[in-house]
Amino acid sequence: MSAAPVTTPEDDASGKAGADVLVVKGLDVSVRHQKLVEDVTFTVRSGERVGLIGESGSGKSLTALALMGLLPEGLTATGSVQVDGVGHDLVGADERAMSRVRGRDIAMVFQEPMTALNPTMRVGDQVAEAMLIHRTRPSRRAARVAAVELLGQVGLPDPPGTARAYPHQLSGGQRQRVVLALALANDPALLVCDEPTTALDVTVQAFVLDLIVQGVLDRRAAMVFITHDLAVVATVCERVMVMYGGRIVEAGPVQEVFTRPRHRYTQGLLGASDLTVVDDRGRLATIPGSVPAAGHFPAGCVFRNRCQHATAACETRPSWTATGDDAGFACHHPAGLPDAAPRATPGGGRP
Amino acid sequence: MTLRLLQRLAILVASLVVSSVIVFAFMAVLPGDPARVALGVNASDAAVAEMRSEFGLDRSPVAQYLSWVRGLVTLDPGSSYVSGTAIGPQLADRLQVTLWLVVTAMVVALVVAIPVGTVMAVRHRQVSGLALSAVSQLGVAIPAFLAGILLITVFAVKLGWLPANGWTPPADDPAMFLKQLVLPVASLGLVQAAVLTRYVRSAVLDVLREDYLRTARAKGLPPMRALVRHGLRNAAVPVVTVLGLQLATLLIGAVVVERVFVIPGLGSLLLDSVSQRDLIMVQDVVMILVMAVLVVNFVVDLLYVLIDPRLRVSAR
Repeated sequence: MSAAPVTTPEDDASGKAGADVLVVKGLDVSVRHQKLVEDVTFTVRSGERVGLIGESGSGKSLTALALMGLLPEGLTATGSVQVDGVGHDLVGADERAMSRVRGRDIAMVFQEPMTALNPTMRVGDQVAEAMLIHRTRPSRRAARVAAVELLGQVGLPDPPGTARAYPHQLSGGQRQRVVLALALANDPALLVCDEPTTALDVTVQAFVLDLIVQGVLDRRAAMVFITHDLAVVATVCERVMVMYGGRIVEAGPVQEVFTRPRHRYTQGLLGASDLTVVDDRGRLATIPGSVPAAGHFPAGCVFRNRCQHATAACETRPSWTATGDDAGFACHHPAGLPDAAPRATPGGGRP
Repeated sequence: MTLRLLQRLAILVASLVVSSVIVFAFMAVLPGDPARVALGVNASDAAVAEMRSEFGLDRSPVAQYLSWVRGLVTLDPGSSYVSGTAIGPQLADRLQVTLWLVVTAMVVALVVAIPVGTVMAVRHRQVSGLALSAVSQLGVAIPAFLAGILLITVFAVKLGWLPANGWTPPADDPAMFLKQLVLPVASLGLVQAAVLTRYVRSAVLDVLREDYLRTARAKGLPPMRALVRHGLRNAAVPVVTVLGLQLATLLIGAVVVERVFVIPGLGSLLLDSVSQRDLIMVQDVVMILVMAVLVVNFVVDLLYVLIDPRLRVSAR
């Protein structure tokens, strides 16, 4: 799937998929002196849909919250996060500056639809508020009308009636669509989704995913999509970044990473997701061990205590091996070496 | 909605009936014959018997209870054994005074507690928040009568800014009424504020952890505006509950504070009636206080529904 169906003049000028919407450089998230996310670097261009996958505790959600400047109290971010159309770095920006960016340039859809909406406010007002805060509609009345329209766009039945409903009168899937509507209300340049369908019934997951992709395509917005579900990434995203132990361990086009993983962790993750492969006792494949608690990852390669290919070399931190624009891995003993040599993009730096 | 109202109304009536039986029973089992007490130890048996029949004290307890309740319901509670004067007008007078005191004290408590408690929650990791916590802890530890005595010492005796005691009806002299109201309301209200502040703080702390507050900030609301617009209404539910319960404490505080500031309210009436063994008066005052607490808690129950739409049973 390509990005926006129509290319804009900027696209032609840059010669790539689009202008850089999000540029993250050396992002660290730490609590006191312990790093929970380390040296995360990536770029997302306009119209791109990028997945961020990994197990619980890999630092995906913290990365998302750091982009929004909404890290819990006590956690601090360092590094650089630049968003197109915002003149300042988001890391270290003060609350007032961030308030102007949140909900207008970057919007977010959270994991828990059941608790993400204010239980004492009508959902139409909650959606309208998003537009009133940033004055993207001239009046309260106009914002209300726009809110009803947005609720219709996300496939909610009887939009005027739903606008008057309170969150508890809606199902989880409907509430998540309301959250999506208010995230899209101001046509953000970037939508960050943190496991938006994980808490939903399987039957409505696909529907909500479609709405998210449609909403992003309609606005030619870029998207960072966080999930632990490889199948979801494969349907929604064009590019994927694999996170483990607070670092990006592999990145590349979805097709490439999922069919020819290089990092041993990605390989294990794919193996564990393959329900057709079982051992002689009929058990599914797993990655041995479990994700260590935050701050207890081994030095050097963070995956080495669970990796069957680990050697003494893995005690030093593997450097990033670029295999293309926005693609590469950090592993001393990458998979698929003999037949799958790095593609011919010598000197291609990290994205 | 209507169902809930009827349900709550039934509970209110049932509690009123049960509490009236308890109040009546307590008074009935007190040793001593009210007629004998009223007439004194030297009165003849004939005089006592005459009084007993005059006030219906020779009837069965059930008959006495029913006539008492009838008196309360018809707002004509009869006359006192001791002074022989009508009870109704006295109660009405005194109730008015106490209401002024309690209601203004509650308003003062809320006006102080809501902002201070919110700031304490928002700054719970900072020195300023901890300092406010310490001050409110001190307020919780000080009883209202002590606060009253301290306030009199400072503002009436030392500085001479305000009268130390007394009561003027607002219609007679509004300026004097307000001056005399300041110290008693402050001693009741500030102690109450200290207690409420702690409840507001914990309610706001809970709300601060809620996902919808993060959603509000993700929309672009600055933290404080997000809290005011989305948090306070949700924090109000537990605070309103406490408000209903605290009213009982406030009424008890009023009894004492009225004594300290020489205010002719229900509290003074209660204490005077107790010392004069005017049992029917005591019974009526206690019943009025009980009714006030029950009715306020009934209103609180209805307030929940206004605050939290999840409690409205009907569908949209």
